[in-house]
Amino acid sequence: MGIEFRGVTKKYPDGTVAVDDLSLTVEDGTITVLVGPSGCGKTTSLRMINRMIEPTAGTVLLDGQDIRESDPAVLRRGIGYVIQHAGLFPHRTVLGNVATVPLLSGWDRRKARQRAAELLETVGLPAELGRRYPAQLSGGQQQRVGVARALAADAPVLLMDEPFSAVDPVVRQGLQDELLRLQARLGKTIVFVTHDIDEAIRLGDKVAVLRVGGRLAQYGTPADVLRHPVDDFVAGFVGKDRGYRGLSFLSAEGVRVEDVPTIRVGSAPDVVEPHWRLAVNDEGEPRGWLPPDSTVDGELAESDLVAGGSLYRQGDPIRGALDAALSSPAGLGVVVDEGGKAIGVVTAHQVLDVIEGHPEGVGGA
Amino acid sequence: MIPELVDWVSDPANWQGTDGVPARVLQHAGYVALALLIAAAIAVPLGLFVGHTRRGAVVLVGSGNAIRALPTLGLVTFLFLLFTDSFVAALIGLVVLGVPPILAGTYAGIQAVDHDVVDAAEGMGMRGGQRLWRIEVPIALPLILGGVRNAVLQLVATAAVAAYVGLGGLGRYLFDGLANFDYGEVTAGAILTALLAVILDLVIAAVQRALVPKGVRIATAGRRAAGPAATEEVVA
Amino acid sequence: MTFLDELSRFLGSENVRAQILANLLDHCYLALLPLVFGAVLAIAAGWLGRGRRRVRGVLFVLSNLLYTIPSLALFMVIPGIIGTKFTSSANVVVGLTVYTTALLVRPVLDALDAVPPHVVASATALGYRPARRFFAVELPLAVPVLAAGVRVASVSNISLVSVGALIGTGGLGVLFTDGFQRVYFAPIVVGIVLTLLLALVVDLLLVALRRSLTPWDRAAPGKAEVSAA
Repeated sequence: MGIEFRGVTKKYPDGTVAVDDLSLTVEDGTITVLVGPSGCGKTTSLRMINRMIEPTAGTVLLDGQDIRESDPAVLRRGIGYVIQHAGLFPHRTVLGNVATVPLLSGWDRRKARQRAAELLETVGLPAELGRRYPAQLSGGQQQRVGVARALAADAPVLLMDEPFSAVDPVVRQGLQDELLRLQARLGKTIVFVTHDIDEAIRLGDKVAVLRVGGRLAQYGTPADVLRHPVDDFVAGFVGKDRGYRGLSFLSAEGVRVEDVPTIRVGSAPDVVEPHWRLAVNDEGEPRGWLPPDSTVDGELAESDLVAGGSLYRQGDPIRGALDAALSSPAGLGVVVDEGGKAIGVVTAHQVLDVIEGHPEGVGGA
Repeated sequence: MIPELVDWVSDPANWQGTDGVPARVLQHAGYVALALLIAAAIAVPLGLFVGHTRRGAVVLVGSGNAIRALPTLGLVTFLFLLFTDSFVAALIGLVVLGVPPILAGTYAGIQAVDHDVVDAAEGMGMRGGQRLWRIEVPIALPLILGGVRNAVLQLVATAAVAAYVGLGGLGRYLFDGLANFDYGEVTAGAILTALLAVILDLVIAAVQRALVPKGVRIATAGRRAAGPAATEEVVA
Repeated sequence: MTFLDELSRFLGSENVRAQILANLLDHCYLALLPLVFGAVLAIAAGWLGRGRRRVRGVLFVLSNLLYTIPSLALFMVIPGIIGTKFTSSANVVVGLTVYTTALLVRPVLDALDAVPPHVVASATALGYRPARRFFAVELPLAVPVLAAGVRVASVSNISLVSVGALIGTGGLGVLFTDGFQRVYFAPIVVGIVLTLLLALVVDLLLVALRRSLTPWDRAAPGKAEVSAA
């Protein structure tokens, strides 16, 4: 179900313009991220989709229909809504929270609760959390319940207003992964608001960069915005590292994976060798590096090893390959297959050669 | 004092008829209940309105403070001279003094509801009335009932004072006893009044416990505890 | 005769004015003395109960219970306990001291327990002995809450002193019994107005006192307003 903003403006009585003549089409089944500094009108734009805020001029169309033609409460029951602190109802159990919209829409109690229980599983929460109250959950769990609650009515559209910004970075990344996994399965039309450009790039099929005063600065794919920012504002907002970030959209095709001498943990190395050796376990998974000229008494233990760098999974964008090479103590980035088995190494030098030779190049200005 | 008190309490005549302890206790509790109902009927809707719309909050807080400073005896005697009827004067006085605590509790309760929660309820398609009754009121209930509890204490005390202008109830023992220099009666009346207040307070505390939704209780307890109740999960 | 005529005739008499002034002064000491006693007792209770869960529990239950007792009943039970005469103004002073203490115990204990442990630890490290540390470090940090409680107690005390007139003590309450017995509005209205004014003036003085006692906390009320908005 697509969403279209047509010349939408929101002006407050005190003269502040929150959104200025916004025209934008959100395509069906995609994640569109509205990103920008505070005061850029991203949340206002989002809240105009479910009529929490009414525009002063222009039209918002949902599936080709002017949303002003629907009763706001009914409209909202058909649009999932997730906010920063989840906004869970403290006096209702987790199941009660998730079942809210189905019950409002007139489902019978049993069906609503059953649906709620299914959704807990969908968002990766154990079923026994259903009887708990929000105050008994961690921040990350609360956000998951918030997402489950928004999915409950099976709404084709999901509005998410900085849903992950109040949780710590590790939990946030888990929630982002989960959202992408869910989206791959459910194919909702998601409008997502954030001030974090990394989150926007990670999640968005399309990214809309808004500037203070509520004007759309640029609208395009994340790769587009990173490589060809339209002006200094967008270039400044996507940040200094955008060249490096742009590697996230470059394929690693052409990077040659080289063989590397390996040694099995638990075996007894009887020769001293003058180069780095990659230690692997019985399953062939990398465990660390054995430095050149090391001697080992008896069997090779993990304590004899130098910890390895990040691993590069074959097929991922080239950013991962470069990072693996740069973070490895041996200067050799370990390449693994889908199952996590080490299949070889890459060097930073080779990766850079491929990047430089790439027809699209990287970065913009 | 103690022998006089024992004499009074052990005299069966003081436990029977319209002047007897059971009748006076019921009368006193009756005034409190009636005034409480009227006060709540005024204060709860007003508090919900002000808490919900935030309109008139300054006036409300200011007048609440002024009424708290109002001397009960002054109010009751003034109203008696105005209406020349003990019951009417006392009832109006009780209502005037019962309204501010309930109003303050209701207003504070509604105001304390997390804005995100109300926002989420609206975004999920709850209408104004559904938001108020299903979300805001249940969450505000502990503070609303706290206001009712304060009002009851105020009402029990004021009803005793109002016996001065001729109201019935336990206050009668205090003034009749003083007039007749029967200090046993005065002391007995004072103890009975104190007991009534304590018992009513316990009853409302029990009602409060029973009516407050469990999730709200847990949330309040969690906030009071030193650290966050739940530890952050790791999703790495 | 209009009420204003009645009022000007009532206040026209020099005797009446002198009497009202005497009532007002009585009212002040009957209301404010318990405020001082109550604050001292609450601080003492704080010293006793700080950090001790069971003592705290007992103090909380006791103060809740005492605060529940209606004023008139309390004033009339006290003679039976401490052996004063029924009409003694000591009953009012003791009764209001009980209320003030009961009202202040909880906030004082909460405030003392809220003093950050690192502050107490660094005071100890500087060489303060426990008693001196309590008055030099912990108590000053509890002043803002104590002051808030004292303000509530002062309003309530000033209002309750009038009830004492029913057992024959002085104060502005005398104007109410007088007006009632003579079916005369003027003294009642004067009494109510003076009580409200007194409460207001004392409150303003307490705010000023609190500010002078806690110069480091001056930004706090502003901050509170911002977060409340």
